[in-house]
Parts: sequence; C-alpha cells; structure tokens
Amino acid sequence: MRKLTVGRLVTYAVLVVAALAVIFPVYYVIAGSIMSPGQISAYPPDLFPHGVFTGNYEGATSTTAIGRQYLNSILQTSVITLSQLITSVLAAYAFVFMKMWGRTLLFGLFLATLMVPWESIVLPNYLTITGWELGGQRLTTSYAGTMIALVLPFLANAFGVFLLRQSFLQFPTELRDAAVIDGCGHWRFIRRILLPLNKPALMAVGLYVFLAAWNQFFWPLLIGDNANRRTLQIGISQLNDVEAADPGLILAGVTLSILPTLAIVIFGQRFIVRGLTAGAIR
Amino acid sequence: MLLPCVVIFALFIVWPLGKSVSLSLHGSDLFGRPDAFVGLQHYRDMLGSAEFRHILWVTFAFVLLTVIPGVLGGLAIVLLLEQHIRGIRIFRTAFALPFAFSVASASVIFATIYNPAIGLANGLLGRFGVDRIGWLTDPEWALISVSITTVWMSIGYNVLVLSAGIGAIPTEINEAATLDGAGGWRAARFITVPMLGPQLFFLIVISTIQSLQGFGQIKILTPEGGPEQSTKTLVYSIYHTAFANNASDFGAASAQAIVLLVILLACTAIQFGVLERRVHYK
Repeated sequence: MRKLTVGRLVTYAVLVVAALAVIFPVYYVIAGSIMSPGQISAYPPDLFPHGVFTGNYEGATSTTAIGRQYLNSILQTSVITLSQLITSVLAAYAFVFMKMWGRTLLFGLFLATLMVPWESIVLPNYLTITGWELGGQRLTTSYAGTMIALVLPFLANAFGVFLLRQSFLQFPTELRDAAVIDGCGHWRFIRRILLPLNKPALMAVGLYVFLAAWNQFFWPLLIGDNANRRTLQIGISQLNDVEAADPGLILAGVTLSILPTLAIVIFGQRFIVRGLTAGAIR
Repeated sequence: MLLPCVVIFALFIVWPLGKSVSLSLHGSDLFGRPDAFVGLQHYRDMLGSAEFRHILWVTFAFVLLTVIPGVLGGLAIVLLLEQHIRGIRIFRTAFALPFAFSVASASVIFATIYNPAIGLANGLLGRFGVDRIGWLTDPEWALISVSITTVWMSIGYNVLVLSAGIGAIPTEINEAATLDGAGGWRAARFITVPMLGPQLFFLIVISTIQSLQGFGQIKILTPEGGPEQSTKTLVYSIYHTAFANNASDFGAASAQAIVLLVILLACTAIQFGVLERRVHYK
C-alpha cells in the first residue's frame, strides 16, 4: 500500500467533496420523497428523513396521472426502440453485405441526417403530423393517434445504422459468402448468424435508443394535449407547476420516473459506455 | 432493406428541412399558419432587432457557462480518480449517476432546490448567514442556475467518456513514465491529458451542440424565458415564437430555426478545423 501523503489526502478530500456535490441531488430526491410535508419545508432545512413517510407516493399515484403516463412512456419507448433496432439492422446489413451502386454516397447522406438538429425541423413536423387524419379525425385527437404521433418521426435513426454497420464490418465476408453458397438466404443469415454474433452492439444501440426516447422532452411537449396522453417526462415537469406547494409529492413523482434509467445506468454501464463513446474512441 | 430508413428520413428530416426554409420565407396568419410569401423579411427583422442580438448573446453565454465547467470538471474528476484511489468503483458509479436523470427530472429536482421560499439552496445559505439568492428570479442568477443544472446533468456522461478513454491508454506508457520518475501530476499533465485529446475534442463538440439545443431545463426552470428574458436562448425563442399564446408565428420561428441550423453546422465545422489539428491521435 502506498503511504498516505498530504498530496493524497488532498486528492481524497477533493474527490469526496466533488462526489458529495454530484450525488447530493440524487440523495435529496429520494430523501425528500419520504419526508413529511412539515419536515421538507422546515427552516432551517432538515437533510435526514425521520422515518419513512409514504404519503407522497400515495399522493403522486392517486391524485396525478403518473400511472397512466408511465404506461404511455413505456409504450412510446418500446415502440421506438424496437423499430430503430429493426430498421437499423436492415440498413446496416444492406450497407455492409449488399453491393449496390451509390452505397457510399447514400451512407454519407444517412450520416448527414445526424447533423440536422431536431429543433430546426420540429415546426414542419408539427404542422405535418397534426395535419394528418385518422378515421376522419385529426390524428392527435384520439389516444391511439397521439401515440402514433409521438413515435412516428423516431422510427429510424442514422446513429443506430452507423453503430451496427461498424459492428457488422467485423464479420468475415468469406463466412458470409460460404453461408450464401450453402443456400442460406438473407433473413436466415441475419437471424441465425449475424444477430447472435453482434449482441453487444445490439445491446448498446438498444440501451442508447431507450434512454434517448424515455428522456424525450420537446416533441412530447407539443403532442399530447391532456394529462392522460402525456408522457412521464411531461407529466413530472407539470407536477412542478401544479403541485408547487408540495415538494414531497413532486420528488416522489421524480423518484418513480427515474427508476428504469437508474437501473440501466447502474447495471448496464458497460453497454452504455460502448454505445455512447463509439464516436469518441478511434 | 434501406427503404424503411430512407422513407422515415425523407419524411421527417429531409422534407421538413426544405419546408423550414420555405416557412421562413412566408408570413403567418392569426393562428400561426403560413400565408403570403414575404421573402427575406423575417431574416431582415431578426438581424435588425436588439432582442435577437440579446437572444444570441444569451445562447453564447449559456454555451460558455456549460461546456467549459462541464468538460474541465469531468477532466478534473477523472484525473483525480487516476491517482490510484481506493474505492474507485464507488466513486465512478457516484459520478455516473446524474446520467440516469432526464432533462425533465433533473430540472424538476433543481427547481425544488432553487425554490425561493422553501428551497434547500437558500435554506442552507441562510444557515451560514448568507442572504437569500433569487436563483431563478434574479436576472443576474437565472442563467447561472440553469447552467449549474445543465453541468450537473452532463458531468456523468463526461466522466464515462473520459474514463473509457483513460482505459484505452496503453499501460506501458504510464509504466515507462513511472520508471523515468514522472509520477502523479506530471504524468497526468504530460501523458494522460494529451492522450485524452480525442475524447476531450469529442466532448467539446458534443457539449457545444447539446448546449445550443438545450431546451427542457430552460422551459422547466424558467417557464417564461427567465426574468427580463435572461434565459431566452435561440431554441427557447423558436418554441416561444411558434407556440406563445396570442403571438404564434411559424414564419419567424422557422427563420430562427434556420439560423440555429447554420450556427450548429458552423460550430461543428470550426471545431473540427481548429481543434482537430491540435489533437493527438494514436
């Protein structure tokens, strides 16, 4: 073991202070969610809960639409994630294994779509999608229509195509040619050989898309015009306006909303790092 | 196989991009829908208006206030973690936690903490005898408070990326340095930081782009664009111009959306041009 010098003590001290500063909001949201209304607004502030007060969770689940919004978010996020995985696998497969004219140019165009910020195309998309009709009614006037409007622009994304293409490129072409000569068709090859061999990349893309979709804010804010059709993110942001006098209830809502992503960050870190840093490490 | 991606990109990225340009050349009726062709009028109005210069300035200040502390803070943490710390995994997980928080959940937590009457921030300051601060109501503070929230959200990601980068540095390099008597901070200064060049470069580009696109935290923490419009960034202004009550103007908002697109592309191009030459690649 190394000697504990002054320098190392300072290093530890700075790290501990920094870690506390970073963790503090995480601690506060959970601690505050189990504090009674009297305790959380006490002055001077009290940082440690006196026992577990469950009233905030009861309030958040009974007086708000959080339960419903949770389901909306799960639906929206799963459709987007599944769809992006499928469309990305197909496109990446075509880019890697199918020889065709203009392949490189098309891939360049795909990457170029990543340069377009969503905020600069959100208005035309809003006009288009709210202008569409489903069964004679405007799309966003029904629940099903709202869900469709939420996911439609995000059914495909070039980032997934890029990441999977990188991964597919590692696959030896001779092996693939051998499989084709043996009479293995595209679909069979993808399902039986390619996908099982690229599980880490698929996990990385899947988790990345899941996080991005779950956390979406701008688009769901524009779509969905009543509480029951909102996604969870919009729901908790509105708790802030509606329940401003009850911070405990707000924090309980936020705690519920971060459970899935917290689980992913703690247990899926390995895959996330792979997906998120794909552009950073060359 | 490319068809699903091509259809989605064409419908929800390429076509809207053209439509944005076209909208920006049209006026808007009472409901914000496009009507007569007005040419470059919106652009002329924008360039001539003091309000728009203010918006650009706020946007620029927001980028500086988030990118510099975020990247430097992440770097400092990662370098400290590299000093053969005990409990490094606990620290790493702690610093990665904010990554689990969506824009909405992080903003709602900070809104609770910043609350002028019962918020923790003022409560703690009060304990040390410091005067209350109008975190979100004082024009001097609002942008800083929003930036603190943003830095907190991004620090987890920055630590993840830089840690992955450090993991990729060949251990022989550090061993050689240790043999030559360069330990601790000298090694960090002359070996680790230069070897992290690609990751730092990537983070600066990504953080700048993300800050320019920052919306949720501004909308939630300062719903009206802040006191005296002190947090009215370009993206917030696009939203506000298009969807504000009584004054909805899709034409003017689209012109701002095009300006955003141009700024983002220019920033990325400049950063690649200037920084890339000074970055050490393996």
